[in-house]
Parts: sequence; structure tokens; C-alpha cells
Amino acid sequence: MSGRDGLPGEWQLVVGLEVHVELATVTKLFSASPNRFGDEPNTNIDPVTLGLPGALPVLNRQAVELAMRVGLALNCTIQPCAFHRKNYFYPDMPKAYQISQYDQPLNIDGHLELPDGTRIGVERAHLEEDTGKSTHFGGSGGRIHGSDYSLIDFNRAGVPLVEIVSRPDIRTVDEARQYVNELRGILLAVGASDAKMEEGSMRVDANVSVHKPATPLGTRCEIKNVNSVRSLGRAIDYEARRQIDLLESGERIRQETRHWDEGDGRTHTLRTKEDADDYRYFLEPDLVPLAPSQQWIDAVRAAMPMLPAARRARLAEVTATASNSEAAMVVVERGQDDYVLAVAAAGGDAARALVHVKEAFADSPSVPAADLAKLTTMEVSGKLTATQAKAVVAELIANGGGDAAQIAAAKGFEAMETDALGSLVDQAIAENAEAWSKFCAGEGKAMGALVGAVMKLSHGKADGKAVTALFNQKKG
Amino acid sequence: MADAIEIAARVRSGSVTAVDIVEQHLAAIAKREPEIHAFNLVLAEQARARAHEVDAMVAAGRDPGPLAGVPIALKDNMCTRGVPTTCSSKILAGWKPPYDATVVSKLAAAGAVVIGKTNLDEFAMGSSTENSAFGPTRNPHDITRVPGGSSGGSAAAVSAGFASLGLGSDTGGSIRQPAALCGVVGVKPTYGYVSRYGLIAFASSLDQIGPFANSVADAALLLDVIGGHDPMDSTSIPLTHPALLDVVGQGAEGLRVGRITDLPDGADPDVTERLELAFDALRAAGATIVDVQVPAFEFGLTAYYLIGPAEASSNLARYDGVRYGLRVDAADTNAMYGVTRAAGFGDEVKRRIMLGTYALSAGYYDAYYGKALKVRRLIHDEFERAYQRADVLLTPTSPSVAFPFGAKGDNPLAMYLCDVYTIPANLTGHPGMSVPFGTGAADLPVGVQVLAGTLCEPQMFRAAAALERALS
Repeated sequence: MSGRDGLPGEWQLVVGLEVHVELATVTKLFSASPNRFGDEPNTNIDPVTLGLPGALPVLNRQAVELAMRVGLALNCTIQPCAFHRKNYFYPDMPKAYQISQYDQPLNIDGHLELPDGTRIGVERAHLEEDTGKSTHFGGSGGRIHGSDYSLIDFNRAGVPLVEIVSRPDIRTVDEARQYVNELRGILLAVGASDAKMEEGSMRVDANVSVHKPATPLGTRCEIKNVNSVRSLGRAIDYEARRQIDLLESGERIRQETRHWDEGDGRTHTLRTKEDADDYRYFLEPDLVPLAPSQQWIDAVRAAMPMLPAARRARLAEVTATASNSEAAMVVVERGQDDYVLAVAAAGGDAARALVHVKEAFADSPSVPAADLAKLTTMEVSGKLTATQAKAVVAELIANGGGDAAQIAAAKGFEAMETDALGSLVDQAIAENAEAWSKFCAGEGKAMGALVGAVMKLSHGKADGKAVTALFNQKKG
Repeated sequence: MADAIEIAARVRSGSVTAVDIVEQHLAAIAKREPEIHAFNLVLAEQARARAHEVDAMVAAGRDPGPLAGVPIALKDNMCTRGVPTTCSSKILAGWKPPYDATVVSKLAAAGAVVIGKTNLDEFAMGSSTENSAFGPTRNPHDITRVPGGSSGGSAAAVSAGFASLGLGSDTGGSIRQPAALCGVVGVKPTYGYVSRYGLIAFASSLDQIGPFANSVADAALLLDVIGGHDPMDSTSIPLTHPALLDVVGQGAEGLRVGRITDLPDGADPDVTERLELAFDALRAAGATIVDVQVPAFEFGLTAYYLIGPAEASSNLARYDGVRYGLRVDAADTNAMYGVTRAAGFGDEVKRRIMLGTYALSAGYYDAYYGKALKVRRLIHDEFERAYQRADVLLTPTSPSVAFPFGAKGDNPLAMYLCDVYTIPANLTGHPGMSVPFGTGAADLPVGVQVLAGTLCEPQMFRAAAALERALS
């Protein structure tokens, strides 16, 4: 009765994402002013940024290079390209046109692979300049309409952006979230951007439509003002249901731009297609065409770091886990996969190292790889239980390293001999007769109480796995 | 009044002071500027101070540069730091640029003395300087007539002896046509030869800064100073440009001079008569005359009046009352844009903004702007072919001598036809210049236009210098 995204009936969600990313350049896209977030308003400005009469743009080479990295990371083709003017009036856009790329973008025809292997097409990733930032006072809702006055900060004007436009290949809310997370990881990996949605250095607009299988795609609405991955999911889900409700009550979807309101959890009409601006694009005559040479492209490619997917695959191979396991995802995202590999190289057990790093290393502590390696070795050879190992890891982190064997000894951790365990198991059965009979009758859940009892009797020194095995053995 | 080369030589040698030179020119301004109105702003005190600096350098044994002490008039669409720059428009009221245009910096480094900012058709849109928000400039040869435009102020200033040199900008003939009408030399170099940084844009792909001078050699001297690559202008050509001053004396011998056999009609008989004499003069100087065809020449005007306004509609959109210049308050932001622009722009500027906006609009782009770009390419290719057969081409600069005020004011199309011979060089990016070649009707100056291929300024200047010599 419901599709795989929990939508009613046969309805199928179709989403394409447009992601704007501020590039981490030293200076702006067309001028020498610093590209820096958080400075005093209107301090990172110059005649070009302000669009003063007579000022001319000069393209920033570093911005092009970072955009090329983004393109290569998204498997795009880098092509000869050009800049256009997108003309419209808005107070925070100083020239009353934005220099952007129109029908000749830098990067085209790529794709991004989600951790589960789903491939989302990337139509283009082009360069453009950011606008200034307006703050509206008075009136309602912080909008320009109805406000008493507005203040403009031009520090952001002219900051280089890459706009990454996906194909409408996304079919679930979860895929949309995965896409943004994976893209963010890629952008961080290649050093293109700090990609912070909450600071606006990564901004996501979603084109949402719904249709039924084997019918044409539905009319789409573009959702703006989504400020976190969580909001993105909520906004898409709300919008899809809104559209389904309309369609099921016999109405039509109007193509429009809608504003996500975090407060009421709804989308609201911002502007309809009819009042969309005619941007009157034409070739920017103040710039010359950009045609990166093959040598330049090759040099950028050669300097590309390993991407998250490849790092996860490498980690998965060494730790014998799935590349889209939560541990692999988390550890690569935190950039701690090299550390796990170092633990393995130091003779440790990679799989146990992965678990400990994922569980306990969120604050990126400094523990020498050899120290963690020793701990994992003790663990896999049965000298420490998982619970004990966890306690030793906490100690290693607190001390910035140390000898796992000494820490374990100091804590009185010694693996119990099987004979000793056996008597504890017998004692537990005697004291928990009811649980034991349930367990024998095939109630697997009863095992928990039995193992717990042994752990209690052993003061936590028993190895859970060994205890479980003994109970199963006794059951016969 | 001496020419620029002589002034610079004498100031550098100390045989005359820059202060004396400035005072002579200020005296000329005091005498005739009230009737000519070449300037939006005379920078008397700034010029005197600058002249003192130049003299101090000479006294200290330092060379102020190739334009030492030479007074120069700047068209008021070039940014001068701290000095009002108006484009002869109300919309820039009160605005003082916080930076100098690259040409202004280069002039300063060469020892020149800026004597004032000159009048123009608002935002350089016009051919008579009648479209200025500050009133028209009059032709020094006959104050009942226009000086041409849009750089009419600079042309008149050099013609009247207010300045030894002038700078203008040429988008469709705005240096060459007023040069012809005022009887001075005016040059539009190859697109990209001179940096546009700090030139307030009219149509970015067509605009080019160039010199006004009383002689071909002076124009060469000035172009040598202002030319060259500028990292602030992406469209400026990375050239180590030749010293044009060195070639002006080389004569026209061996030059192939092209006659465009299918040139559009419309030039007055007195003008075509002078053009014929110019061909004769170059033949006599050792050039050979060859026939060339440029069938698309006549479509240049139409293409220009789509491309120029299209770019202008975008370039002038920034004058919105938000950050600088005129603001007329209104109920909300959109209304403020409207009333500010309605009050700040003159009729011709509004006409072109509307024309350009229309030409770029969805549904019309292909038929207008798109087609104009194709015509532009066609004209470019035809000229390229012509330049395989000829080193330079001669045409009239203007179809007529200077015309009376108001003669074309009510008829934009008649005014636009003033530029029919000059426009193609802006569309193609090729260089062109006007050199005075005698007089026509009412004893008024006639200019001959010398056109050349990309970066063929040396040949162009040789031909122009030969015409100048033939006359003397």
C-alpha cells in the first residue's frame, strides 16, 4: 500500500537537488578582497565587489581550480566554458546582475555514488558569484516586503560559489539526505569548501515532484530555505505529501518556488512561475572564455586526495566490514580511517580498532596507534573481554596513550579460566531456575538474564561470548 | 600653443616650467570656456599643484616622464579618485570614485597634468554632446554647431587649446566623429589595446579609450603612454606594444590602401571630395590603392543599435539608488528604483535601456540580439578578408561637417547615421582613427578615417601621418 518512501498509494517521489557551495578561496571570485566569513560587515569590499562604475572583474585562478576539483570528484567532464550575466534587480546584488555560467558551464555530465551504490546523476557544476546579505528590519518575517529598512553586508558579495545541479534521480528522502552528506564529505575531502549548512557555506534547494509509476514526471516545486540535512528531509516529505493531497483531490500542481518554514514545518509560496524574472542572460563581455588546458586538468587530477568512497572501501577491506557500515561511514567522515589503518599496520586488529575508534574517538583524542594495537591484540586473544577493553580504551584516551597490559592489570582485569566460568554458570542456573527453564524451552530472550547473572557474579570479568557458548553447550 | 611633444621636451629640459604651461592653458579656458562649455569640471588648483610637482622633479634632476607638464583633458566617464565623475548624468550626482582609472594612473606616472573633466553625451550615448545633463558643448570652429559626440568635450578642449591632449572613449565613433567635426586627430585603438579599468561602461564589448591630439605624432605619444596590458582588465591584450611615435615618420611608401567600393552612400559631396583627395595624397606618397568589398558594412549600424543598447541595459542597471549617486525616495524598494531611474537618466539613455532590455528578452533574443551577434561576426570576417588585401582602408569619418544644434535632436535615426562609417571598427575590434584633412562646407573641418587590422596601429599611424604631411 505504500511505496518505499512511506508515501501513500503508488505515489513515487522525484527529487533533484541544487547545491550552492562557497569555495574556500583566499580572495573573491573576481577581486582581491578577502573571502572570509564572520568579519565586521562591509570590511571585505572593493570597487569590484561593490560594482562601482568602471570596475571590472578578473577571474580567480584558485576558484577555478577548486571548482575543477569538485567537478573531477563528481566524475564530471571539464569543458571550455564561459561566463554570462544574469540580470535582475535586488539591493544586495551590487551590479544588478550576477556573473554566472549559463549554457557553457565548467563541469558537466557527472555522477555521485551514494554509499549504498545508488548512482545520482550530476548535470553540471558551475562557477558563479555570491550576492551580499540583506537583513530586513520591521514588518514581518524578516522579508524585504513590508520592512521598515534593510541593512546590507557586501562581505559575501563576490564570494565564489559552485552550483552543483543533480539530475532528478533521487527517489527517497533518505537518498536526498545521503546525497547531501556524501557531497559534503567530498567537498571537505577535496578542500573545496567547509560546507557548513548552518553558516550558509552550503545551501541546498530541492526540486520536488511526485508521480505514479509509468506516468510522466509531475510538475515540480523548488523548495528554498532549507538549513540542515534534517530540515531537508522534513521539507521534502512535507512537500511531497502536500502535492499528493492536491493531486488526489483533483487539483493541479503549480510550478513555483516555495519557502520552507522551519517553525511551522510547512512550505509556502514564494513566487510562481508567472512572476519569475526574465534574466536576459548574455555573454559577460568583461571576461574572456575559460578553457582549462589538458595539462592543467591533469595537474589538478593528480593532486586530488582520496575521496570518502574510496577511503571507506579501503577501510572495509582492511577491517572486513561493509563499506557502508555505520562504523566505516562515521570513521571516514571524522577522517580517522588513516588512524585505524595505522593501528592495523602496528600489528593490531583492524576490526576491533574500527569499533573502538567509532565508539570512543568522537573528540579525536591522541592515542599512539601502537598502544591501541596492543589493546586490540589482547582483546582478540581473549585476554580482555569487550567490556574490559572499553574501560582500557577510556584510560588510554584519558592518558593520551599507555600500555594496555599494565592498565588492564591495574584494573584487576584478568580473563577468567573456562573452569572458573563453568562453576559461575552452574551457580547462575541454580539461582535463576525460571530463566533457565524458559531458555531450555526455546525462549532465546531468557539468555540475557542468565548472562547478566554470570557477569554480576564475575564482577564483569567474564567474557560474554564464552559465557553464552557455555549456556548453549549445557542446554545441549 | 605648442604641441604635446614640444611641451614635454621643453619641460623635461627645464626650458619652460609646467606651471607656465598650465597657466597658459587656464588662461585660454578663462577666455573661451564660457562659450564653449567643454568641461564639466576644470581642475585649476589640482593642475597647478601637479605642475609644481613636475617642476620640482625636473629641478631635482628626475625625469617626470614622456608627458612631463602636458595638460590633458579627461572625458568625464573616466574615474578620478576623489574627483566627481559624472558621465554627464544626474544619476551620478555627488559621486566621487574611490579609485583612479588605469589610464589616469598611467598619465600621472608619465608626468601629465589633468586639467579638467570634459562634457559628453550622457553615458557616452550620442553623436553631438547635446545629450548632456549639464548642457551642450559648442564647436570651437562655429559655436552655433555641435562638436560631435559623445566625446565632444575632449575634442572641443583640444581644438580650442584648453588642453594639449585629450582622452575620449569610442563605442561607435565617439572619439573619431567629434575629432573630425572639431578638426583634431582622434584614435580608437584595437579593442583591448588600452585598459578599460575605471572607464564607466556604456557597452563593454565595444568601448575603447583613445587619444585626441593636435597632431598624429602627439596622438602616438599619448597612445604609447596609455596602451598595454592591465591585469585589472581581462580583455586587455597582453602586448608589448610597439612605440608608435617611432613609426609615424616612416611614410606611406609601400602601404596598400584600400577603397571600399560598396561603402554605404550618404556622405555629403564636400566630404567625399576630401576623401578622394586623401586617396590621391597617399598615392602620391608611394602607397598603392586597391579595391576591397565589405558587403555587410551597411548592416553595422543596425547590429550596433542592438548590441550596444543590450550591453548598456545591463551595465546601467547598477544605478539603482541603493549605494551611491541619486536616490529619489519612494514607498518601497521597487518603486524607489523606478523613480530614481526616471529622474536620473535622460531620454536617450532611457531609449537605449528600453531597446536593449527588449533585445535581450525571452522570445526576442534570437531575433534581435542573437541575430546582431551573427551580423557582427559576418562584418568581422569580411573586414579580415579586406585586410588581407589592404594594410589600411580610407573612409569618411562623418557623413557631414559639424551640424547646427537641434538639427537632429528630434530624430534619433538621423543622429544614429552620424556613426555609420565609424561603427564597424567597434563591432570588429579593429583600430580606426580620424585625421583632419582640410575643410568642407562653411569652411568647417573634414576628417578622413583610416582603418586597419587588429594591432595594425603602426600602419594606421603611418598612413595618417602621411595625410597630415600632405596637407601641410
